[in-house]
Amino acid sequence: MRVGFFHTCLIDMMRPEIGFSVIKLLEAAGCEIVVPENQTCCGQPAYSSGDRKAARALAEKFVAEFEEFDYVVIPSGSCGGHVKTHYTDLFSDDPAWLARMQHLAPRVFELTDFLYNVVKIEKLPGEGKNSLKGPVTYHDSCCGLRELGVQEQPRALLEKAGVAVTEMKDHRQCCGFGGTFSLKYGNVSAAIVDEKCKNIQDSGAEAVVLGDLGCMLNIEGRLRRTGDNTTRVLHVAQVLAGDA
Amino acid sequence: MQVHSMHFKARVGEKLADKRLQQNLKKLSTKWVSGRASAILELDDFEGTRNAAKERRMRAIENLDVWLDTFEKKATQQGATVLYAESAEDASRLVVEIAKKHGVKKVTKSKSMVSEEMALNKALEAAGVQAVETDLGEYILQINNNEAPSHIVAPVVHKDKDEISDLFARVHKRPRLTDIPQMTREAREMLRPQFLSSDMGVTGGNFVIAETGSAAIVTNEGNEGMCTILPPKVHVVVTGIEKVLPTLEDFATVLRLLPRSATGQSITNYVSLLTGPKRKEDAEGPEHMYFVLVDAGRTSLVGTEFEEMLRCIRCGACMNHCPVYQKIGGHSYGWVYPGPMGSVLTPSYAGIENAVDLPQASTLCGECHVVCPVKIPLPDLLRKLREKQVEQNLRPAAERFGMRIWAFVARRPALYRLATKIGVRFLRMMAGKGKTISSLPFAGGWTDHREMPAPNGKTFRELYKQRR
Repeated sequence: MRVGFFHTCLIDMMRPEIGFSVIKLLEAAGCEIVVPENQTCCGQPAYSSGDRKAARALAEKFVAEFEEFDYVVIPSGSCGGHVKTHYTDLFSDDPAWLARMQHLAPRVFELTDFLYNVVKIEKLPGEGKNSLKGPVTYHDSCCGLRELGVQEQPRALLEKAGVAVTEMKDHRQCCGFGGTFSLKYGNVSAAIVDEKCKNIQDSGAEAVVLGDLGCMLNIEGRLRRTGDNTTRVLHVAQVLAGDA
Repeated sequence: MQVHSMHFKARVGEKLADKRLQQNLKKLSTKWVSGRASAILELDDFEGTRNAAKERRMRAIENLDVWLDTFEKKATQQGATVLYAESAEDASRLVVEIAKKHGVKKVTKSKSMVSEEMALNKALEAAGVQAVETDLGEYILQINNNEAPSHIVAPVVHKDKDEISDLFARVHKRPRLTDIPQMTREAREMLRPQFLSSDMGVTGGNFVIAETGSAAIVTNEGNEGMCTILPPKVHVVVTGIEKVLPTLEDFATVLRLLPRSATGQSITNYVSLLTGPKRKEDAEGPEHMYFVLVDAGRTSLVGTEFEEMLRCIRCGACMNHCPVYQKIGGHSYGWVYPGPMGSVLTPSYAGIENAVDLPQASTLCGECHVVCPVKIPLPDLLRKLREKQVEQNLRPAAERFGMRIWAFVARRPALYRLATKIGVRFLRMMAGKGKTISSLPFAGGWTDHREMPAPNGKTFRELYKQRR
C-alpha cells in the first residue's frame, strides 16, 4: 500500500529525527512511503485563529497533494484531527471540494491509529531497543483523544514494544499549549502546564510519551525552565521505533 | 450588568498570583469533576439521554415563538401574568413596576443569573425596594459589598471557609464560627426574619413548561420555597425566553442530566413546579404570580450559527472542566457568565467588541464539548467567534500581519522550504551550545514562562533528501 507521509511543520522544523522514526515504523509495517515534497502546513493555526480564508487555501493544497495515496499518515493528533474532522467544514459551501474531501477523509490516520487499527502491526522495531529503564507515562493530547479517539492505540502499541506504561493523574487533561494560546496567554498556559508537569513527575515515570509536538515543546520547555533536566519527553514514534 | 471583559488580561495576572484563590479553585477538579464522573455512571444510557435532551431542547428552540405562545396561554389560564422584556433593562423596569403596583418594600430573591444580567438588585434599591439574596452563596456575596458571583452554580466557589467565617463575624457582629453547620445556622437565623417580612419573592426559572404553564425550579437549599410560598403575596419568575420546554416529559429528561452534570447529584434536594397563584382550595402560595421572560440578545442568535448555544441548561460543567477556568476562576471573564459558555454568551449578548479576549482565552481542548449534557459544540462556537473577530478587524495589527505573512509563505512550497531552512538555523544559532533557548524576540509569551527546545539546525525535508 502507498502511504503519503505528512510530516507536519513542527516535526519538519523542530524534531526531524521523529520523522525518521515514523518512516522506520511505516517500513516495518510494509508500507510504500511517499513524502510529497511540496507539503507545508495543514492550516490548523489559521483555522483556530479564525482566518478561514487561509485555512481553506491550505486545505485545498493538502487535499490536492495527498488524495492520490491509499492512506495518509500523520504523526500528530492535532494536525490529523484538523484534516479529518474540520476540513469538511471548510469545504461545506463547495460540493466539488467536499466530495474530494469525503473521499479522502476515511483514509487519513493518526500514526498510532494507523499502526494499530489499519495495518495491525505485530512486530514493532522498538522492542528491546530503547535505552529506557523505567516505565513511561502517556499524555493524551487533546485533539488526538477527543477528535480522533486516540487513547488505547498508543498504550497497546507501547505494551507490544515491551514498554511499561504507568498512568499519571489526569492524563486526559490539556497541557495548556493550545497553539497561539500559549503565546497570547503565556501565564495561564504556564499555570496549566505546571499541573501537567507535576502529574508527570508524581507518576514516577522516567519519560512522558505523547503524540503531538505542540504538547511536547510545551511540556519539555516548562520542565527545563523549572529545573527538571531528567524527565525525558518523547514522541510515541521514537519509542515504538526504538530510537528512545 | 456592566461588562468588564476588556480587563480580562489584567485580571488574569492578578488571579494567577492569588495563592488563596488558586487553592480554592482546586475544589473544581477534586469535587465537581469527580462528582460528575461518578454520577453519570448511574444512567444506563448516558449518551442516549444526552442525545434525547439535545433533541428536546432544540425542538423548543427551533419553534421558540410557538412554545412561548403555548406557555403564555397556559400560564395565563392558571392565573399568572406573562410579561416579555426585550432588554435586560426593560426586564428590571418591569419587576420594579410590579413591586410598585403591589406596594412592595422588601424582596427576597432565590438564585437567578438572569437577574444578574438585569442588575436587578441595583434597580430595586434605586426604586426604594430592599432586595435580599437568600441563596447561601449569593447571600455571602451580597453581604460582602455586593461582590459578583464567580460561577453560575456555585457563586462563591472562589472563597474558602476561613474567608466566610471572617465575613460572617464582621457583618453579623457575632463570635467567629468555623463549623460549617453552625455557620449555616447563623445565616439561617439572619435570613428567617427577612423571609417573614418579605412582600415579594423573585426567583429564577431553570425552565418554564409550555404544556402546564409552570415554572420548574431546581435548588438545594429550600430558600426558593421560602421566597415563593411563605409570606409574600407576589411571586415573580425571571428567566430567559430560551428556557421554555414543551412538556413535562422534556423536563424529566433534562432533569436526569442537570444535577448530575452540575454538582454530581442524582437529583437536587428540591425540585419545584410552580403553577399559577394560590387557588381558593390551596393552603399556601402567592396571591399574584408573574413571569418576566427576558430576551436580551437571545432572539438575535435564533437561526444563526450560534443558535445551539440557546439550548444551554446552565449546569456549569463546561467551566468545572475547563483548564483555563480552573486556573483563573470566574471573575476574570468580566460579565455574568464565565468559562466556555460565558466566552460564547458574553460576546453574543454584550457585544463582540466588548469581549475580544474571551473567545481567545481557550486552548480549544474540547473537554467542554465532551462534558456538555446537551452537546453544545463550544469549541466550534468559540472558533466561529474568532472568525468574526478576524472579519471585523478586531484582532491586533501585529497578529493579523503575522498570520497573513505565515499564510502567504505556507501556500508557496519553495518559499516555505527556504523560510523554514533559515528559521531552524536561526533558532539553532540562538541556542548556542545549549539544548534550549531562554529568550526569543516576538515570542515572549512563550519564553517568559518556558524554554524553547532548540531544533537540530536542519529540517526533516533537508535530511530526508540527503538520505535518499
